Amino acid sequence: MSDTIRLSQARRGDRGVIVQVGGHCHHDEHALELERRLLELGFVEGARVELLHEGLLGRDPIAMKVDDMRVALRRHEAAGLTVRVEPAASGAAAAVEAARVPA
Amino acid sequence: MDMAVRSARVALVGNPNSGKTALFNALTGAHQKVANYAGVTVERKEGFIRGGEGRTMSVLDLPGTYSLRARSPDEEVTRDAVLGRLAGETPPDVIVCVADATNLRLVLRLVLELKAVGRPMVLALNMYDIAQRQGLRIDLERLSAELGLPIVTTVATRRRGVDDLVAAVEAAAGAWSPGAEMAWTAPDAAALRGAAREAERIMKACVQPPERPDTLTGRIDSVLLHPVGGLVILMALLFVMFQAVFTWATPLMDGIEGLLAGLGAWVATVMPDGIWQSLIVDGLISGVGSVLVFLPQILILFLFIILLEDFGYMARAAFLMDRIMGGAGLHGRAFIPLLSSFACAIPGVMAARVIDSKRDRLTTVMVAPLMTCSARIPVYTLIIAAFIPNRTVWGFANMQGLVMFGLYAAGILSALVVSFVIRRVFWRGAVEPFMMELPAYKTPDLRSVGFNLWLRARIFLERAGRIILPLMVLIWVLSTFPYPPEGATGPAIDYSFAGRLGHALEPVFAPIGFNWQMVIALIPGMAAREVAVAALGTVYAIADPESATSLLGVTLAAQWSLATGLAFLAWYIFAPQCVATLGVVKRELNSWKWMWVMVAYMFGLAYLAAFVTYRAAVALGGG
Repeated sequence: MSDTIRLSQARRGDRGVIVQVGGHCHHDEHALELERRLLELGFVEGARVELLHEGLLGRDPIAMKVDDMRVALRRHEAAGLTVRVEPAASGAAAAVEAARVPA
Repeated sequence: MDMAVRSARVALVGNPNSGKTALFNALTGAHQKVANYAGVTVERKEGFIRGGEGRTMSVLDLPGTYSLRARSPDEEVTRDAVLGRLAGETPPDVIVCVADATNLRLVLRLVLELKAVGRPMVLALNMYDIAQRQGLRIDLERLSAELGLPIVTTVATRRRGVDDLVAAVEAAAGAWSPGAEMAWTAPDAAALRGAAREAERIMKACVQPPERPDTLTGRIDSVLLHPVGGLVILMALLFVMFQAVFTWATPLMDGIEGLLAGLGAWVATVMPDGIWQSLIVDGLISGVGSVLVFLPQILILFLFIILLEDFGYMARAAFLMDRIMGGAGLHGRAFIPLLSSFACAIPGVMAARVIDSKRDRLTTVMVAPLMTCSARIPVYTLIIAAFIPNRTVWGFANMQGLVMFGLYAAGILSALVVSFVIRRVFWRGAVEPFMMELPAYKTPDLRSVGFNLWLRARIFLERAGRIILPLMVLIWVLSTFPYPPEGATGPAIDYSFAGRLGHALEPVFAPIGFNWQMVIALIPGMAAREVAVAALGTVYAIADPESATSLLGVTLAAQWSLATGLAFLAWYIFAPQCVATLGVVKRELNSWKWMWVMVAYMFGLAYLAAFVTYRAAVALGGG
């Protein structure tokens, strides 16, 4: 089984499929606009994503591969995307996995 | 028969990085008109082509967008032009949607949105050669049937498919009966999802994934986007760029200088001595020449900017700089407008339109003039050549180049500080999103680089002709009349209007080490920075006829102290001496208030910086 994370928590090398765009808690105009802009840039449910590069400060912004194109965005915006991470992936997915295992 | 007589209007729409402008250039060649849309300062590029049967078509190159749901002024123009909502513009007869054939997904969604507008449309699959090289197979017939549009494949850089495109546009224009209303409403999230699904379905049905996908972009990115290495490369690139501006340009500049000196000498021999010879030789030739000589440096700077943009590096630079500039309250996208401002603040301020958020845009516009524009180069070069020894330090760097680098760095640093203060003083609101496509790297096409460079040169020369030439005549008049009284002992300019004005303002500038000749040069220098160089030439040439043949730099080195020279440099980092920039800022921000805030803060900083520099240099023995 694989797990879902917010894209903002992903680490370099993580890959997976977008399962939800926007729709987390707040529904103000700002969040709705962000959702539409993400959709227009190709971040749609079912799109394959891979985190390619991270910035120097705070690992931000991030460069993603979205299907067959490349997009840069900040982690702040990436929080609007939920991703099902593939099992082989490293980083945050492994951390989530580890957290689920009772110590 | 109406349609055959009336010229068809074509609008080019497409995603950013689709090669839309290259296709526009291939279609229209040199038959282009660059102006502004009425009321907004978005650049309006229109070109003309001759279709079959001698009919002309006008082609409009619209700003790139992912959606008609515009977020920035640029995208609003695209939307309004397509929908025929722009004042003074007729709606297009045919829309040509330009697509990067290797990157179809997003543009297919845009095509579906554009179809709702209800105008005849042609889809141009551009960069088709790259798609073929990658082994990307597109079922053109099926795609055309699915979308219900004629499709033409093009390679804009090789002018391939251009005739087919013109024919398809003519056919589309002819087959259409005007009168249909345009319907478009902004899609909501559900509509966007639906369109994205439909685009995905069409992709799956018509496009087979490439056999040899582009792996080069990924490999280059792993170097250029490396968290540390990428930044080091970016800094090294900027350093090389500025060293090149100074070393490569020298022989060309010497050539232009020699040519103009020869012209002046020739005019002096064929014209009788007197007031008209003085106007032409001292006013026009030396005035315009002193500006013209900087064309090589400006072109080298633009060459770097155009090459980096066409290669696809600019988006990477924005990525690398986003967080660093974010610390100063700037958006990563501000990197491109600010980098353009190194050439000229006017395109820089206008390029800030790509920033969606009003606040981020305002901050960027306010600091853009702090970037060292090419108009400062003449001033910097003159003063550096006069006061900084030309020798090699640390075995590799040129001392003059280092000082120049320092001046650029001072501009950048102050821009970061000012934007930080703006964000702190005026607002601390929500941070605007940073999202941008990182286009695949492409070898820049030399033809289009040359074309763009030529466009820049033309704009600079027109500016030199229209603004600087009349100003030179004005300065010459101010510094020539009235004539000194009979038996006067001082230099003639002392008695002129300019001399009197300079003397009157001198006390204000005395604390920062400026003499009255410099104050005179600053007055016409308000029009454009580089005019100050020509003005100094005129002022000193007239004040001291003996030095007219020697270089201005030598004169300055003899007349000014080192402290004065350095204070002048410090003044020029900040002073908002460009009426054209202030005009554009007023228009772009639609606010007199912010324009005056800019004038006040920049003059304030200029005075402060010159004061500190002068006092420090005097204290250290440079007085």
